[in-house]
Amino acid sequence: MCDDPANLDTLLWFVCYLTTGKHLAFYGAFGTVLLLLAVTAPVALLLGFGGAIAARSRLAPVAWLGKGYIAVVRGVPDIAFFLFFVIALDQGLEWLRHQWLCPDWTEPVRQGQNFLVCPEAKLPLATAPQWIHEVYGFALAVVTFAIVFGAFAANVLYGAMAAVPRAQIETAEAYGMTHAQAFRRVLVPQMWVYALPGLSNLWMILIKASPLLFLLGVRDIVYWARELGATQTPRFTDYPHGDWRMWYFLFLLVFYLALTRLSEIVLGRVMRRLTRGQAMAGGEVQRRAEAAA
Amino acid sequence: MRIALASALALCAGAALAQDVVRIGTEGAYPPYNFINDAGELAGFEIDLGNEICARAGLTCEWVTNDWDSIIPNLVSGNYDVIMAGMSITEERAQVISFTQDYYPPTASAYVALSEDADIMGVVAAQVNTIQAGHVAESGATLLEFATPEETVAAVRNGEADAVFADYDYLLPIVEASGGELVFVGERVPLGGGVGAGLRQTDDALREQFDAVITEMKADGSLNALLAEWFPGDEVPSY
Repeated sequence: MCDDPANLDTLLWFVCYLTTGKHLAFYGAFGTVLLLLAVTAPVALLLGFGGAIAARSRLAPVAWLGKGYIAVVRGVPDIAFFLFFVIALDQGLEWLRHQWLCPDWTEPVRQGQNFLVCPEAKLPLATAPQWIHEVYGFALAVVTFAIVFGAFAANVLYGAMAAVPRAQIETAEAYGMTHAQAFRRVLVPQMWVYALPGLSNLWMILIKASPLLFLLGVRDIVYWARELGATQTPRFTDYPHGDWRMWYFLFLLVFYLALTRLSEIVLGRVMRRLTRGQAMAGGEVQRRAEAAA
Repeated sequence: MRIALASALALCAGAALAQDVVRIGTEGAYPPYNFINDAGELAGFEIDLGNEICARAGLTCEWVTNDWDSIIPNLVSGNYDVIMAGMSITEERAQVISFTQDYYPPTASAYVALSEDADIMGVVAAQVNTIQAGHVAESGATLLEFATPEETVAAVRNGEADAVFADYDYLLPIVEASGGELVFVGERVPLGGGVGAGLRQTDDALREQFDAVITEMKADGSLNALLAEWFPGDEVPSY
């Protein structure tokens, strides 16, 4: 059917056009974005939890580490951090491998603007298949996203831990719980309700930040939207068209709006569930509604 | 244990190197030289040529796309081994990387605008880090740089620039398809020393392999056949 698109009517033309291999790659890229979100969010939350605990630590060096992490990463513009950190991480890993694998290498690693390690230390190896290169690039992006959003999550969780009423911890300790037990059984279960507004805000920002993937060289939806929307001349495609970038970017806009709206609905439900039985305004409203019913 | 592991890794690396996988970097946004076709795969003159060179030299080649403005740094740092991206051979570039002989004769560049009386000394769009951008800057016109060739043409269409200055072969199909909206302005300007493949300066053996096949393809006419296939028109480039 799609062998001769020039003679198709408009509807069929679009059916064929929207199912070219190039478009399928575009649709696949949405999976890349969702995968990034699905992997980054829990990792960032874990980092944030660790950062918050470190910042609360009674050991000064550990507290400095936690507070330093939060302050430094939160204080640097995302885009600067992304551009710097991905290169630094990549070169750092290669430098370590270089020291270990090529101790006899005499040439300097830094030559002017170039960073040259021995071939065995390259990450990934130059001989690795292309998909490994792509996975490696994606992994670097995930680690960077997780570190950036981990710092914000750490700050949110640090605040949430401090917001749990002090009396709750004192009561737990009065019952004979150790400091760690009170933390695990009383503080952590109750802090989520204080953390959720901040965390859901972060999730929204993470969704909106995902086009930064494009900046890191991952072929994401922005890359394909630009590529597909570009003017196509008849000599190089069966589907010539003018500059359609606006329509493709409009589609991305709708996609992001749908994703954030869906997130709002889900997060609203989670918030209602977490508020149940809490000694705060939201919990009180729920308790009264149930009492009236 | 550590030594055993290191030597095992070295062995693996050695074995992998022996397979002669050559990674070729290209932009994938510069038809007819290189572009992404409807199937989402790389196609174009350089893809056909590169595959033929690799087949004749007995190399296994893998194509990698990379943005134009970082294409030389990523070659030097070893992310791929060869650049085939419509890159003209110039002295400045030859100081950083080494080139094979040209596989496309010295190119003509041209101005394209919305009308023939457009001011090519006004605001002129060109792709960043190209010989055309250098030429515009020297000509005294106001240079407006873009990351991709597509954007340079779009800038003329939406009036942001008075004209675009780029390779004639890149502009020709666009002008033909524009139905009279875009026209060539002024004389063509010969620039650069032809298009060649770029390699790291330390990769002499690989460069010699590429050079030998290009010489062979020039002699047996197969390079001319490829040029005729990808650059049809009144003046087919040939050797």
